[in-house]
Amino acid sequence: MTTKLSPTGDLIFFAVFAVAVLTMPVWLAPVGAGYPDLLQKFAIFGLFATGFNLLFGLTGYLSFGHAAFLGVGSYTAVWSFKLLGMNPIPAAILAVATSGVFALAIGYVSLRRSGIYFSILTLAFAQMSYNLAYSVLTPITNGETGLRVLQSDPRLFDGASESTGPLISNLFGVEMTGWGGFYFCAVVLLVGFFIAQRIFRSPFGIMLRAVKTNQNRMTYTGLNPRPYTLAVFVISGMYAGLAGALMCITDPLAGAERMQWTASGEVVLMTILGGAGTLLGPIFGAALIKYFENIFSAFNEQTLHEIFSFLPDFLEAPVVSIAGLFVGEGWHLTLGVLFMLIVIFLPGGIMEGVSRIGRLFKRGSSKAEPNRQTAPAE
Amino acid sequence: MDVILLQLLNGLDKGGAYALIALGLTLIFGTLGVVNFAHGALFMLGAFCAVSFNALLSLELVTIDPEKTTAWGTPLEIRTPYVEAYMGDFGHWILNYSVPVSILLAIPVMLLVGFIMERGLIKHFYNRAHADQILVTFGLAIVLQEIIKSIFGANPIPQAAPETVRGAADIGAALGFDPGVIVYPYWRMVYLGFAAAIIAAVFAFLQFTTFGMVVRAGMADRHTVGLLGINIERRFTIVFAIAAVVAGLAGVMYTPILPPDYHMGMDFLVLSFVVVVVGGMGSLPGAVAAGFLLGILQSFASMNEVKAILPGIDQIIIYLVAVVILLVRPRGLMGRKGVMES
Repeated sequence: MTTKLSPTGDLIFFAVFAVAVLTMPVWLAPVGAGYPDLLQKFAIFGLFATGFNLLFGLTGYLSFGHAAFLGVGSYTAVWSFKLLGMNPIPAAILAVATSGVFALAIGYVSLRRSGIYFSILTLAFAQMSYNLAYSVLTPITNGETGLRVLQSDPRLFDGASESTGPLISNLFGVEMTGWGGFYFCAVVLLVGFFIAQRIFRSPFGIMLRAVKTNQNRMTYTGLNPRPYTLAVFVISGMYAGLAGALMCITDPLAGAERMQWTASGEVVLMTILGGAGTLLGPIFGAALIKYFENIFSAFNEQTLHEIFSFLPDFLEAPVVSIAGLFVGEGWHLTLGVLFMLIVIFLPGGIMEGVSRIGRLFKRGSSKAEPNRQTAPAE
Repeated sequence: MDVILLQLLNGLDKGGAYALIALGLTLIFGTLGVVNFAHGALFMLGAFCAVSFNALLSLELVTIDPEKTTAWGTPLEIRTPYVEAYMGDFGHWILNYSVPVSILLAIPVMLLVGFIMERGLIKHFYNRAHADQILVTFGLAIVLQEIIKSIFGANPIPQAAPETVRGAADIGAALGFDPGVIVYPYWRMVYLGFAAAIIAAVFAFLQFTTFGMVVRAGMADRHTVGLLGINIERRFTIVFAIAAVVAGLAGVMYTPILPPDYHMGMDFLVLSFVVVVVGGMGSLPGAVAAGFLLGILQSFASMNEVKAILPGIDQIIIYLVAVVILLVRPRGLMGRKGVMES
């Protein structure tokens, strides 16, 4: 881990990251990812995973209900569009506020327990929200149809002037679709990343790591872990809410399926895949999953035949039919397999893989470096 | 009174399914100390054992009857399932009873699945963090469910109950209420009886056999059992396989009530986890009691009278109960100290 970085090092790290994110359209174009819709997703899910990682990576509390905050953020954002107008700024602020309050309520209850009980409590709350959004709360959430902005909505601040305009969120004239949307999301991601970096380096972050390492000892030294965990739970919920708001800013539609627990599972996977407890990992993980989702779901029998056309005929048919299971509709199968492989062989995610390779090279050059393997925390 | 009785009955069969899944889950918790998120997938696999058995039986022999023609003038095709063509009445009987008979297929299949899962995957996760166990079994659940989806498609496949138990019993009339008020399908009664029998069998196995004694000892203190020179790992494999069979059988028999589709396991898994937590981690009687309790509560909450007072309560009652229980009685209804509390 790169905990030994100096403040200047952090700043350089952040600057490099910022440049990398903002130039994504350029350097991701050769791999076929250089278009705004996908890059928006990278940024949004990167933010979501960064927030989740603050909770899971630092404290080790595995929440299985984070999608609930995403959903709450989405609904708030759409309601802000409906009532206040299509400006993304109030939508984002309101979404962060509501999801924060929501997280405070859920966290206050759930954090009374730890371990598997905590996971199940958060799962229970998320399922409750999901079920309610589908049934009783239909007046607020519009149930299965999904909540969208209508021409007839009041939209206090811009409704009168351009009531016939397209219903796209716009920031003082810049429309939040396409590249405009991407840069907005990217800037929000950078802000989120900066805050996360500060939290990682702060005494608060060290307290959170202490919770993960040994909660008992922390209690013995006279510190109460609850305020710290609750605070990070709320922050993490706010990140999720903000990510939900961004989804609606780029596409003003909110549906209850965003709150389903499979969505919570997805963000867990992103974080694990990239490497929980690292700064960059979750963003890597989110981008990788969204990228492969995009690529793999677009494959079909035809493209597979083209890819495997170099094989002899008797081999090609079975290979194509087996590979066919994993692409297109079967993308989730790939996801599941990937999930298992990562947890089994590389619990630290990609970041651990990178550092392992790095160590390998280092050992090759100077044998003096002792192998400091950190013990996995319970 | 009659309304209450009706809801009680309605809750029982669902409660039976919850109880069976939760029983297996808590058995795995208690002995292996593993959080198995793939247990719902085992339930689903069981259900699809019934589906594939039925599909296998329904392979048809097509013969052309030259004497008769259809309304369109083409020769009449007579389709008879192979089993019926070769085995006559017995074949017909098997086809009719395909759901209960597929238990015979499901037991070895689920034993094998449980065995492979434990030896191939779960074994390596005994000493990993619970978060890792949750994640790897969650991934496995996704894989299993996607495999089933790619074989059987995404739509639910209805399975018929045997003809003799296809109707519904007018229990109300038998008990002296007005006829037609309390009507309960026969198959749900069968399911209830079946669930009770399985639960009884598992408890008897644990209570009255030497193997069961070792397992119970392992649940109480795994470490000491190991020190006594008992190969507890081998027993774990068998315990896991038994839990898989219990979940699978629950799935087989549930098919006439709920047409199985690939994600039925996930739906039941979340609820079963809640059941286990409410009953108390690692407590078998707790899991069974909580299963039936929550099933009944759910059916009461879906009464119109209740919904009129508290709209939407039927959707969230189970989770609400779980939250309250976890906060009031942190170890669940019958939980023991020190299980899964790291």
